[in-house]
Amino acid sequence: MNYLLRGIGVVAAVGVFSLLAFSLPSGDAHGDGGGNVLPRTANKAWQQECASCHIAYSPAFLPKASWRRLMSGLDQHFGENASLDPATQADILRFLEANAADSGTSRMGSRVMQSMGVSAAPLRITDTRWFVRKHDEVSQATWSRKSIGSAANCAACHRQAEQGVFDEDTVRIPKQ
Amino acid sequence: MIKPLLYGGLAVLGMASAMAKADSPASLMAQYAQQAGVPVSGLSASRGATLYRTEHPGRDGQAVSCAGCHTANPAQAGRSRVGKRIEPLAPAANPQRFTDAAKVEKWFRRNCQDVLQRECSAQEKGDFIAWLSQAR
Repeated sequence: MNYLLRGIGVVAAVGVFSLLAFSLPSGDAHGDGGGNVLPRTANKAWQQECASCHIAYSPAFLPKASWRRLMSGLDQHFGENASLDPATQADILRFLEANAADSGTSRMGSRVMQSMGVSAAPLRITDTRWFVRKHDEVSQATWSRKSIGSAANCAACHRQAEQGVFDEDTVRIPKQ
Repeated sequence: MIKPLLYGGLAVLGMASAMAKADSPASLMAQYAQQAGVPVSGLSASRGATLYRTEHPGRDGQAVSCAGCHTANPAQAGRSRVGKRIEPLAPAANPQRFTDAAKVEKWFRRNCQDVLQRECSAQEKGDFIAWLSQAR
């Protein structure tokens, strides 16, 4: 009897735990850390899939319309095949839309939107007016340094980009 | 009475989940060989090496190859086009490689399209893993 009760207890505990673990929203925004620090958003598939080839660019850098365009053309993703199974693709798009620049969930996003055309849906973050203005002092020669390679490589200079920190004082531009 | 049953059940569950995750370079080679209709001994590491190194004209006309991003030595880390580190492909240097069939299929699908402009055959996939399995 004692064992039976214990067994039921264990099963119940495991059940409650997994219920909690699996019912928590995976794409929750936890508040904006301030001007140049992105809210701590996370989605497992977004992190795992997008960050295979580049840092997982924050949803707050582009509006929903951009993310929809981008996610519907993954088989030709800036010259590379980045196609996903439909379920993963839908999961990631939901997360991107919920935290996009025009979702009202971050100050960074609001700033990106301030200089965005009404119906604009750029595919490249580097094509947004916000990005161009923020980086207007960086020369072409700097972008093409070997350790940087391209403007898509945020983490080359923004050393805490992977953690969503883009504060000016975390920037260190490599010399070569 | 209940306790052994409970533990027994957990053990069975544990074994089942371990078996579901049991992909390895050897098991994948066996699967691809079977798909290709050849024995595992019919897979060729040297053909795999050629596949890995050969350059092909890419979509924008630039030469592309596996080695282009994964470097000439697959036991070394590579670099994606936007500069992100790619962990080594050779299992000897990175035991995580070729342990998840779905992941392996995903990357063959994408990268064969990018490098060869077509899907890879089962024989090519088997050859490729045969080559990487013995790369040190």
